[in-house]
Amino acid sequence: MTGLAATKRWVERGVGLAALVLVALGPAVFNDYWADAILTQTFIVGIAAASLIFLSAYGGMISLAQTAMMGAAGFILGNMVTQSAPGGETKGLTLGWDPTLAIVLALLGTTLLGLVFGAIASRSTGIYFLMITLTYSVIGFYFVGQVTNVSGFSGISGINSYTPGFVGDMVNDRYRLYYIALGVAIVVYVLIRYVVRTPFGLALQGVRDEPVRMSSLGYAVPLHRTLAFGFAAFLASLSGVLLVWWQGQIAPGDIGLQATIDLLIVAVIGGLGRVEGAWLGALAFIVINNYIRDSWLTELLDDVRIGGSFNTIIGLVFLAIVIVSPDGLIGLWDRLWGLATGSRDPDRPAMAPSPAGQQS
Amino acid sequence: MLVGFALLYVVVIAEPTPEVGGNWRTTNFGSLFDDWRSFTRTLLNGLTFAGLLFIVASGFSLIFGLMRVVNMAHGSFYLLGGYIAYEVQQEMTGQGFTILSAEVTTWEWIFPALVAAATIAVVGLVVQQVFLRWNQGQELRQALITIAISVIVADQVIAHFNEGIASTITWPGWTDRLVELPLLGIDYSLTRLVVLFLGVLVAAALWAWLYRTRTGMVIRAGVDDRQMTSALGVNIQRTFALAFVVGSALAAFGGVVGASQGAVAAGQDGQWLLNSLVVVIIGGMGSLLGAAAGSLLYGLVFSFSAVYLPTTGGNCCTQYSIVFTFILLALVLAFRPQGLFGRAA
Repeated sequence: MTGLAATKRWVERGVGLAALVLVALGPAVFNDYWADAILTQTFIVGIAAASLIFLSAYGGMISLAQTAMMGAAGFILGNMVTQSAPGGETKGLTLGWDPTLAIVLALLGTTLLGLVFGAIASRSTGIYFLMITLTYSVIGFYFVGQVTNVSGFSGISGINSYTPGFVGDMVNDRYRLYYIALGVAIVVYVLIRYVVRTPFGLALQGVRDEPVRMSSLGYAVPLHRTLAFGFAAFLASLSGVLLVWWQGQIAPGDIGLQATIDLLIVAVIGGLGRVEGAWLGALAFIVINNYIRDSWLTELLDDVRIGGSFNTIIGLVFLAIVIVSPDGLIGLWDRLWGLATGSRDPDRPAMAPSPAGQQS
Repeated sequence: MLVGFALLYVVVIAEPTPEVGGNWRTTNFGSLFDDWRSFTRTLLNGLTFAGLLFIVASGFSLIFGLMRVVNMAHGSFYLLGGYIAYEVQQEMTGQGFTILSAEVTTWEWIFPALVAAATIAVVGLVVQQVFLRWNQGQELRQALITIAISVIVADQVIAHFNEGIASTITWPGWTDRLVELPLLGIDYSLTRLVVLFLGVLVAAALWAWLYRTRTGMVIRAGVDDRQMTSALGVNIQRTFALAFVVGSALAAFGGVVGASQGAVAAGQDGQWLLNSLVVVIIGGMGSLLGAAAGSLLYGLVFSFSAVYLPTTGGNCCTQYSIVFTFILLALVLAFRPQGLFGRAA
């Protein structure tokens, strides 16, 4: 490793640490709107995006099923914990089980679902994998849309009033959720960094680069892909549980095609090559989402007679990023650093023209 | 086993739902032996849906097979095609929102369809030339680019076409009746038969084009080995552009047919992207036969599971038919990851 690369790593660590200290101070630094609406959401969406990036960076699989996994966890939790309101319209199964048990079952159930889905898709790679996971996602959406006794007609609400005692009040104490989400996000980050260093993680990266060679070395290639998909489903389920606490409800629209594409956009904006990009992309997306909606930019669209709303803008941003820097913001940073120092970072994962992308 | 049981269930076991209650064997319709008229009707519904599926998915499959481009904007082309034809037809007939079917001539249906197909063909050509030509081989990047385009199109459709609310193109007057089918002894909607006919027509035209002309020969050669074809002196870029034009036009034409049969509405782009994906994943990428087989299987499973799945009294609106789509997909992928008629990558 050259001295420059080491310097770059120290710079990154410094920035990361500074960001961590800043968000850890939380209420002291940010106002309520920023803490609750933007940062908490960033942590939660970032976890889901991290599960996507984990699969893409270390498994060479772009999964569009992560929102469906989030939704699975959310719907399982919602159906199990809520109780039928007296006299009110019942939504979902309203089992009214113990919240702690429900959380465990939601995480386990989603992981299991991920293993099954992963097993089915495990013999496909590259663009086929993307298509199969996209069908998972859309099928998941139509499932909750059709099976209305599981999803309620318009979703299940009031889920966040049923939390276990050790989690506490999610409805009024928003900073509690803020710190829980932050904590889970950090755990997820550390967990991913740990898993990719284990023998399993190393083998997974081998499978990503040379599936045929790994297979002839005796590694079970589909099994590694399946397990990785299951692990990513577990991470997404954590995000799903936090999401229903944050929103208080879960509806079919939360896992629709729009949500699926949004999560992909988050991951791509951040950069599909490195896990840190997940939260960077989430922050960028959510800030754009909160501040551009109905602002001067949409008026600009009207002025030039294009019309349309926020989605046109985010689509254009997405298009620009994919064209200009397929590695996202992280890739942009890598490139800028390379330009500034005149070096090429040997660690830089080449996402765009990667061998996985060129398989046919 | 599972397939056998499903067949057995539809043929023998199923019973019509009684007024109240019901058990696991009850469905909207009875079994083949009990109630073969509704069975035949369901079969025909499946076939006609398959016709529409084929029109849309064959374009998707053509583009993928030749260029390895997963056109995520295929559903958007469907949506745009439907809306453009709707606007043109409104313009031609000079009516408000509802048009009486009797007042529409055949030409007033065909012309909007042609305009829509031609417009989307140009849109497809522009997309391919501007966004997809310079990054060939980077499949993922191309998929992401077309996703971005589909996001923009979906939003623009809401902004410009009838606010994205459900809009129906009116079939020409002579189709708006029931015909008595000989031998089967049931009345059946003529428009649905027209859809089936159009599907078969597109299939026949595609087959003749791909297997009986020089251009088709080049395309098939390109599907098999792109580099070799181009090394033999064929202008492969022109062939790519042509495939994209035809594929996009097919999506738009499918949109016109779909909007005539049901309605076109914002949000259907995702649905038709899913339909195309399921058909080509089942049938195998880039194979005409595969697209036909995939359409048939998916159309029949969709149609039968919607009416033959057990219904129990009480919950009126819960349907499980989507689960069967998934099971079909899982079964095919488990045994043939490359699809029924696909070749190993």
